[in-house]
Amino acid sequence: MNTTIMLFLVQDGITNGAIYALLGLALVLVFAVTRVILIPQGEFVTYGALTYASLAAGQMPGTAKLALALGIGAFAFDLFVARKALHGRLIVRSALTNIVLPAIVLALTVYFAAQKPPVAVSIALSLVIVAMIGLYLYRVAFQPLAHTSVLVLLIASVGVHLALQGLGLLFFGAEGQRGPAVLSGGFTAGSLRFTGQSLTVYSITIAFIVALWLFFGLTLYGKALRATAVNRLGARLVGIRTTLSGQIAFLLASVIGALSGIMIVPITTLYYDSGFLIGLKGFVAAIIGGLVSYPLTAVAALVVGLVEAFSSFYASNYKEVIVFMLLIPVLLLRSLAAPAVEEEKD
Amino acid sequence: MSALLSVTDAHVAYGKVEAVRSVSLDVGQNQIVTIVGANGAGKTTLLSAIMGILPLKGRVAFAGQDLARLDIEDRVAMGLGLVPEHRELFVTMNVEDNLELGAFRIERSKAKTSMERVYTLFPRLKERRKQLAGTLSGGEQQMLAMGRALMGAPKLLMLDEPSLGLAPIIVADIFRIVTELRTAGVSVLLVEQNAQAALKIADQAYVMELGEFVLSGKASDIAANERVAASYLGFQHEGESVL
Repeated sequence: MNTTIMLFLVQDGITNGAIYALLGLALVLVFAVTRVILIPQGEFVTYGALTYASLAAGQMPGTAKLALALGIGAFAFDLFVARKALHGRLIVRSALTNIVLPAIVLALTVYFAAQKPPVAVSIALSLVIVAMIGLYLYRVAFQPLAHTSVLVLLIASVGVHLALQGLGLLFFGAEGQRGPAVLSGGFTAGSLRFTGQSLTVYSITIAFIVALWLFFGLTLYGKALRATAVNRLGARLVGIRTTLSGQIAFLLASVIGALSGIMIVPITTLYYDSGFLIGLKGFVAAIIGGLVSYPLTAVAALVVGLVEAFSSFYASNYKEVIVFMLLIPVLLLRSLAAPAVEEEKD
Repeated sequence: MSALLSVTDAHVAYGKVEAVRSVSLDVGQNQIVTIVGANGAGKTTLLSAIMGILPLKGRVAFAGQDLARLDIEDRVAMGLGLVPEHRELFVTMNVEDNLELGAFRIERSKAKTSMERVYTLFPRLKERRKQLAGTLSGGEQQMLAMGRALMGAPKLLMLDEPSLGLAPIIVADIFRIVTELRTAGVSVLLVEQNAQAALKIADQAYVMELGEFVLSGKASDIAANERVAASYLGFQHEGESVL
């Protein structure tokens, strides 16, 4: 192997690693706050990517309708829970966030899809649509189970993943899609070429990590989210609603997923079911970070990206095998180092 | 004037086991009320149920409003605060963040004054404000737990075994602060195994045994009661009823 190939692989690995880092961080966040192992994270990636690609191609993405359907479901749940103490303000607020908002977005999507919107509009619409799906999914599938065990939440998570993947096939078909580059052009340094798209990936990843860091370190809501992760009862005793923390976590996770999808769909062709593998690689990173450590997850994600790049060069048939095999020594080490973990008491 | 907190005929059960049976109690404005009793009498269970952590059968009213439909977070917003036995601090966050989160449900502008007040009550916390809560000593953690609850400007603060496992000098400090709270207009419902100290500062007292109140009245009368003295104030006869 010469240096050019090596540099090329490193570059490729870092680009992918950056995406896995974002996804891994989202997984850690959601798990820490809600104890949900978010398997549908990968679907947020494909939904974001394919919604963006569909819009850019002037097609109407089905995800906008799904958002409205889930929103109606969320509204029904809100009404059912509050059935004994219904008051006007609550109904209006729930209707606004769960029905009016997705209805407006659906109308905008129908309007823009017909006339091949500019890249920025496609991105914004895709992000909002997937963010709403994430938010309503939490309300419909996870919030009613919030007090149950990690295992029950995991089963719900698998169910949501399978449902979303099936719907993905329905919305986008079995054909793969690519989207237009967010930033075209690029420059060459030595023998390496940096495309506008890979630069976008780096800068957005870094910007997002810095933004998350500021959010958790400086804002009251960020701290509230951390507090919920550290001590759920303690958080409730100062008046932080666990459902609020869960909503913020799912909102962030779905936005991160959709953003990752939008960033990679100009580089790789994505299919309705590609998200699962991408999400799993973020999951490998999150596991290496013990599902608690953000910095360790980010570093592990870069390692996953690099291992993937090099193994696709040396043994491309075994690329996935090698990446997922990373988990075995990590889990072995962790199981030896950590004392027996008991199910958290609530 | 009606009581700030009024509990009527409360039952709390873990599955089929009733840990609290037919308990009624009142806490008035500017009052320290204590519940004394042996380990396992149901004191902690009762506080948890008043806070909404455990389901309670019976009636609980706070500031004239029935709490039945309200969850923990709503009760906090109404001005009911609990410092639980295990403190439930945010151990990986620093003292200041813990306090700031204590004011989650009150206006931002009031949080600043709240913080100053807490630092005046507990100057030690101000010294340690950048230290992680988990690295504080037991006494400091208790102060932080109380400080965090006070940040929410509660009308009634419920303290569960604040002296448990602390050095006598710190215990004295904490009881002094409890009396200062009364002066500042915060009512206190105090659950203590250290009956002697609790009865000394309390206005009203209830004695709890096996899930029921067996005695209640003015704290000074309870402290003077021979059987209470025998059971809880130093002359221990394990398992013997005070009645």
